[in-house]
Amino acid sequence: MKSVGSSIRRREDPALLTGRSRFTADLTSETLAVAFVRSPVARGIITGVEAPPETLVFTSEDLTGVGSIEPVLHRPDYVRIPQPLLARGRVNFVGEPVAVVVAGSRARAEDLAEQTFVDIEMEEPMLGAEVAYSAVRTHPGSVSNVVVEGAMSTGDVDRCFAEAAEVVEISIRSRRQNAFPLEARGAVATFDPVDGRITLHASTQMPHVLRTAIADLVDMPESDLRVVAPAVGGGFGQKMALPSEYAVLVWLARHLESSVSWIEDRRENFMSSFHSRDQTYVVRAAFDAGGRMQALDGDLACDVGAYSCFPVTWGVEPLMAMGELPGPYDVQHYRVRSIGVTTNTCPMSPYRGVSRPVLTLAMERLMDVAARRMGMDPLELRRANLVSTFPYRSATGVVYDEGSYVQSMDEAARHVDLTGFRARQEVLRREGRCIGIGFSVFSERTGYGTPTFAARSMEITPGYEVVDLSMDPSGRVELRIGASPHGQGLVTTLSQLVADELGLEPVDVRVIHGDTDRTPYGWGTFASRSMVICGGASQLAAQAMAGRIRSIAGSMLEASPADIVLDGGKAVVAGTDQGAAIGDIARLAHHQSHRLEPGAEPGLHARASYDPAGTFSNACHVAVVEVDVETGHVTVERFVVVEDAGLLVNPMIVDGQIAGGVTQGIANALFEEIVYDQSGNILTTSLLDYLPPTVSEIPAIEIHHLETITDASITGAKGLGEGGTIGAPAAVLNAISDALSHLGVEVFEMPATPERVRAAIRRAEEVVRG
Amino acid sequence: MGDHTIDLTVNGTTHSIDVEARMTLADALREECGLTGTHLGCEHGVCGACTVLMDGQPVRACLVFAVQCEGVEISTVEGLARDGQLHPLQQAFWDHHGLQCGFCTPGFLMLAVGALAENPDPSDEEMIEILSSNLCRCTGYQNIVKAVKAAAEHMRS
Repeated sequence: MKSVGSSIRRREDPALLTGRSRFTADLTSETLAVAFVRSPVARGIITGVEAPPETLVFTSEDLTGVGSIEPVLHRPDYVRIPQPLLARGRVNFVGEPVAVVVAGSRARAEDLAEQTFVDIEMEEPMLGAEVAYSAVRTHPGSVSNVVVEGAMSTGDVDRCFAEAAEVVEISIRSRRQNAFPLEARGAVATFDPVDGRITLHASTQMPHVLRTAIADLVDMPESDLRVVAPAVGGGFGQKMALPSEYAVLVWLARHLESSVSWIEDRRENFMSSFHSRDQTYVVRAAFDAGGRMQALDGDLACDVGAYSCFPVTWGVEPLMAMGELPGPYDVQHYRVRSIGVTTNTCPMSPYRGVSRPVLTLAMERLMDVAARRMGMDPLELRRANLVSTFPYRSATGVVYDEGSYVQSMDEAARHVDLTGFRARQEVLRREGRCIGIGFSVFSERTGYGTPTFAARSMEITPGYEVVDLSMDPSGRVELRIGASPHGQGLVTTLSQLVADELGLEPVDVRVIHGDTDRTPYGWGTFASRSMVICGGASQLAAQAMAGRIRSIAGSMLEASPADIVLDGGKAVVAGTDQGAAIGDIARLAHHQSHRLEPGAEPGLHARASYDPAGTFSNACHVAVVEVDVETGHVTVERFVVVEDAGLLVNPMIVDGQIAGGVTQGIANALFEEIVYDQSGNILTTSLLDYLPPTVSEIPAIEIHHLETITDASITGAKGLGEGGTIGAPAAVLNAISDALSHLGVEVFEMPATPERVRAAIRRAEEVVRG
Repeated sequence: MGDHTIDLTVNGTTHSIDVEARMTLADALREECGLTGTHLGCEHGVCGACTVLMDGQPVRACLVFAVQCEGVEISTVEGLARDGQLHPLQQAFWDHHGLQCGFCTPGFLMLAVGALAENPDPSDEEMIEILSSNLCRCTGYQNIVKAVKAAAEHMRS
């Protein structure tokens, strides 16, 4: 019985359901607690730090032998700004850690931190991407506030615009978000008095990279540090960047020769963990009379905060946007300029989708606006421009593997019954109710390894995954992986893949992850990569082991290995009832190794790696919304997804990833926004101000699958962790604009809060009134 | 050492613990009773991850002081499964993929246990109203709704 393709229940769940799983905060007993003293102002010079008498407090000056966080991009336009673990001399954003207090309990540490005063000579903060070319530098002495600047031009863009039948230009704005994992950050550094080794249990998506980074920063041999990601309560990108706090903990544990813990509270998480998506795009397209897009021109600006996040740097958002803006559309004349601007705000890290929710918003709003302007059906305009022959080489030189861009749109249109919808829309409009429908077609590069990451010129170039597979004498296998799942169900899906290759049940496969002592070096779980890359490596290892088992079984059964089939826990000679239990073969390989062929390695092991260039998933999202014209309130009535991520290893888990992703996309579109005031104070530091949706705001999400099997992924699976989040905002904003089209309203800013929707309606009314 | 010695009855077991007056029930459960299944997502009463039952009523354990809980029966996620058998709600969450990272799950389970005890057959609207008490960041909620509906049906039969 094959397991791949079936929705088996997750093996991760029983421990999580019964409260037995151990998250980082569950591991703090027997440790000293630390609390960070954080800057209350956005920008200024530190003139003193005063703690209550006898407080065990450390500032930057105390952290001897410690380096700064300074990730590198090998690009001439990249500006390197070192980030001290604790602010040194200056503070650069509200919430920046200035000092650390150690006490017997978290409550006591927080008391002492609260009573520790930081004297700061305040300066006017640098806020917003508008400060790009200010004479004042966010970081005094640095060459520019533009810390990364990408530009490219292909074909003859100016000629296309000069000859265009229609030129359409729009500006879009995405307000700043926090990825908001329900478990905030936290870490426990345990000092081992026997060998002086430190074990860091940390809420992270990348344990191996964290180990390298921290060992380098605190100048210790990497082998003296073990990093363990226990159960992790969501990450969404926020936990794939190095927090300075984790490095401080390791330094403290070594310095104090004691175990110390830090559990971030929600206010700190909003203020000082990483943010994302503070972006403004101006995009312009030239169309011919038939609606073919001849050229695309983009001017993109990202506020990237005070410091460059490790390892992906503050280039991650602007450069992703630059490379991927055309999305699923065929346009060979492409010009783009994309900048990252440093400001006195919380640093940015990747967040589910990285720029692609914003660029999809730009392209899909552009399509709808252009269609209205040209009097075309918006789906026909898309059809005229969607890539439909594969492999396709984009203007930026990226090769798209086989996908179903047009088909996903057509399927989606069929599911929503567009004709029926338009009739209902008319009827309701006459009653004064405004419903609208919005489409969003997008592609997403997933599962990309070093061949693709290398193009970004990162000093630390991620990409490959390595797995170790071993079978014990009882015939059960252990798969040790460098990926680091935290909710994606990878233990279940990898065990399905491996079990199928070996003729075992998933329960016979134990998956070990998130422990640098027990797993091969790997990059962790992010960027819709784990099933493609780690899954590919796991399949290769399992195939190698299956080959070895067939070979041993062949000699035992006096048959050709090619005739041996592994199924149901047995190695069977095809077409006969002759066979051997896989457990017996494993027993022989370990305990009767003298019976193996001469020179054969005893035991059953396989190591494999996989490092693909990447594969494009695609989808079409459709949102149906109702807008209350009086209040500007938007209700999402229906949401349909037609997605193509290749082979579905476990359809239940796939649907879960999509539904969760779409929910975060709807949150992006309508609700969530980090707000700073003009002094650089953050105003959204609780869940009363920052508004993740509850079940009341999210409709049942209807999901339909297409399965284009690609050669670009050896399992046939494409990545799908981020797609839901990428497509949803554009669908929702297109739907709002459709709902209000009879009033001449277009919305271009997310979140489209009631206030913003009302403002757009008022502006349109003023235009009508003249 | 805390200022108050209290008896905290959790899942039928009484813990005699010393707590400061300011210690929340959530911290007392986690730190003094060693019951870390109750999670803290926001510590200001919005996310609901720390939901437990006080005499059968769902409460935010981050908004209740431990010293308020003497003479009260507290139920937490650790008490749901009996004799190795998952509670019908746990089973339904498993069957319907009602969790991903699992951090919010104990709170949702306790919320649903308390709500279904009060109203074993909630309408769809009532169900949404109840479940909108808590936040989940992974699932998109629909599988949680499905799971609670399925468990409610099972528990009524």
